[in-house]
Amino acid sequence: MKETNIDYRHLKQKVIFSLLGITLCVVLLILAVIIYFVVKRGIGVISWEFITAMPQNGMTEGGIWPALLGTFYLVIGAIIFSTPLGVFAAIYMTEYAKKGRLVSIIRIGVNNLAGVPSVVFGLFGLGIFVKLLGFGVSLLSGSLTLAIVILPTIIRASEEAIITVPDEYRNASLALGATNWQTVKNVVLSNAMPGILTGVILGIGRVAGETAPIIFTAATFFTMRLPSSVFDEVMVLPYNIYALVTAGTFPSKQIPIAYGTAFVLLLLVLLINLVAVGLRLKFSQNKR
Amino acid sequence: MKKNLLILLTVVMVISLFTGVVGAQENLTIQGSSTVLPIAQKAAEVYMENNDVSISVRGGGSGNGIAALIDGTTDIADASRFIKQEEVDNAVANGHFPVPHRVAMDGIAVVVHPDNPIDKLTLMEIKQIYTGQIENWSELGGTNQEVVVISRDSSSGTFEVFNEIAVEGERVTPGALLQASNGAVKDTVANTEGAIGYVGLGYLDESIKATKVNGVYPTNSTVASGKFPIARPLFMFTDGWPEGLVADYINFVLSAEGQKIVEEQGYVPLH
Amino acid sequence: MDWKTKEKIIKYILLIFAMSSIMFLIGIVIVLFREGLPIFYKIGIIDFLFGQEWYPTYDPASFGILPLISASVLVTLGAMIFAVPIGLSTSVFISYIMPKSIKNFIKPIIELLAGIPSVIYGLFGMKILGPFLKDIFGLPTGLTALTASIMLGIMALPTIISLSEDAITSVPKKFRDASLALGGTRWETISKVILPTASSGIVTSIMLGMGRAMGETMTVLMVAGGASAMPEGILKPVRPMTATIAAEMGETPVGSNHYQALFGIAIVLFIITLSFNIIADLTRKRFYKKVSGK
Repeated sequence: MKETNIDYRHLKQKVIFSLLGITLCVVLLILAVIIYFVVKRGIGVISWEFITAMPQNGMTEGGIWPALLGTFYLVIGAIIFSTPLGVFAAIYMTEYAKKGRLVSIIRIGVNNLAGVPSVVFGLFGLGIFVKLLGFGVSLLSGSLTLAIVILPTIIRASEEAIITVPDEYRNASLALGATNWQTVKNVVLSNAMPGILTGVILGIGRVAGETAPIIFTAATFFTMRLPSSVFDEVMVLPYNIYALVTAGTFPSKQIPIAYGTAFVLLLLVLLINLVAVGLRLKFSQNKR
Repeated sequence: MKKNLLILLTVVMVISLFTGVVGAQENLTIQGSSTVLPIAQKAAEVYMENNDVSISVRGGGSGNGIAALIDGTTDIADASRFIKQEEVDNAVANGHFPVPHRVAMDGIAVVVHPDNPIDKLTLMEIKQIYTGQIENWSELGGTNQEVVVISRDSSSGTFEVFNEIAVEGERVTPGALLQASNGAVKDTVANTEGAIGYVGLGYLDESIKATKVNGVYPTNSTVASGKFPIARPLFMFTDGWPEGLVADYINFVLSAEGQKIVEEQGYVPLH
Repeated sequence: MDWKTKEKIIKYILLIFAMSSIMFLIGIVIVLFREGLPIFYKIGIIDFLFGQEWYPTYDPASFGILPLISASVLVTLGAMIFAVPIGLSTSVFISYIMPKSIKNFIKPIIELLAGIPSVIYGLFGMKILGPFLKDIFGLPTGLTALTASIMLGIMALPTIISLSEDAITSVPKKFRDASLALGGTRWETISKVILPTASSGIVTSIMLGMGRAMGETMTVLMVAGGASAMPEGILKPVRPMTATIAAEMGETPVGSNHYQALFGIAIVLFIITLSFNIIADLTRKRFYKKVSGK
């Protein structure tokens, strides 16, 4: 009889809801703790010199400028290769293809590509770009590999963006005599641009932080020179953190630098994600 | 307007990257042993102060360096061990002919946590620890504490030499923690009371305690004289007899100034 | 050229772009199998998969990867034990109990967790969580399967939370209304009606979370400890497959046995994560059929 008592059931609900709320707090707490430690241990090293100077004295002093530049170039390269590929793929899937087996197969391909472990991408990049095509360990190989890594992200975001463009826009354009492609180019794409941009920005965030795909394809630990051609190796922020912490020659000096680098990387990634989120919000507001 | 400018700038930068217009320089790639790394890196820094070249230095282990030499992706392979026959065969099959250059001498110190009362070990005891036969420090007269065996990744030249001399080629216990570099081993031993590890001479400092091996303490003189049992030469391998920039750099390392760098980094110079 | 032909050409060009994902996937399979298959012939599938000794650089070498597979399975399961209860509870709270206005604020914050680079998780696990666990449990070292499991669990949380939340909110509103109309409390509605209906979608999120955990490289490389022995317990160092590949790839000359063995590991890894993805795809399809059909 107690089980059907409405007060007991409401009490039980209150307790369970509180527990669930606590788990949310746990998640937020974890996020806060991680950010806190990286900031606390990294911020002491940060200075204008840290960001703009070259590493000195066997990587125990100096700055991270080459790593910043390397990350920047890698990002640009990956975006250049993956954005057209991803957007055009999404256009085909949404505007041209008839719903059927082909689209399902492509979608399976996209989903599974998204699930490939990052180190496998690295091996693929090693086999194809570094060795087979002979690009060597370089900015080019790394960008191409990372482009494949973020391809699913770009495709998905573009698809989503394109689908939300109202059909009235398309119909109006077609009624005026435009071809499918003209409609896509002039009407659909411009309206889907914020959504596509969001996907690109998320891709940028991902590229900046990825390490495994570029260990074998692009990254080096120390080079005095800034990359001057796409066939150069690059220093990048995430690989530097990894190398300094696990293989550093003088941990007592290099671990603070690693934290500082982590702080810069984290800040970068958080900013990028915030921009994406902001764009997404503005985009969905405009839809009203 | 501003956005267009940004795009234009990016395009220009990218194009310049492709054509390698900005700052075309001669470059040198060095890769390999983490033991030799401090020497290679410092030498590269000093060398670059006086020469307009670009030197890229990477760690990864002696195995990595030699593999890169075999694959033709590095100019110089740092190695803290000699090249293996299999590697030589591979290299020759790929059309590369590794030439060794001895750049320094090094001892491998067996280290423990500073609070560990044990301060001397025999080679036999070291072998027993590393093969897992001795598992507790009390078996050696120390405190009742589990031995935490720290070893190196298979790519490490330091590991190969240590394995050959101290462990006599037998398999290291699977429970050993594998670290990626001398620095990482030192860091782990310094922070783990029950740990035992091995590092190049240049990595010794107050955070870890070097034990006497067979009664001999690892120092520059005991290594140079051969008294310290776990010692080895450090090499830089080149593809064929070096020419040009590669030769110049190697000669620099072998010169008096280069050897001074060797000594500053804590290793034993050749003369 | 008239516009009809132009349209056709454009369509086929776009088709090629769209096929790119499939092509890359196939390309990955080709590269992995071409470089890795030889080791299966040399060693034999059974010895490779179930051999318990991974000593690739000794002479004679041993290429048994059971310790590596076990390590991956162990940390992935551990990650799920940590992530599924917390993730599911959080997603129920977010989607169902929390007021909508706060939800729009909280969701992006949780996605921030997904955006943190894996190397930073590795740094945290290695330098902060590891020593912390070492002190609590009095261990010789803090770099263990447990540390890796916790970090992987944290990394899988955003996936599980957001996908489960999607699944829960996709359940048609009429289910909820009907249950409440029949006199059920909100909790009873959630537990007896909504969650069972959303179950396929939730399973999808778990499968994808597992795929993420199993495929993660940098974090386990820095945190799991690196002992290539059969895992003796969650408080011991282990060496998952991904860490092995990343750590040992650089030292092997192309074409050597060790090189092929590492690609062999990659094949095993790829097949496992592919299976997770395929199962996730199936459950996702089942879920959509359920919520639209019913």
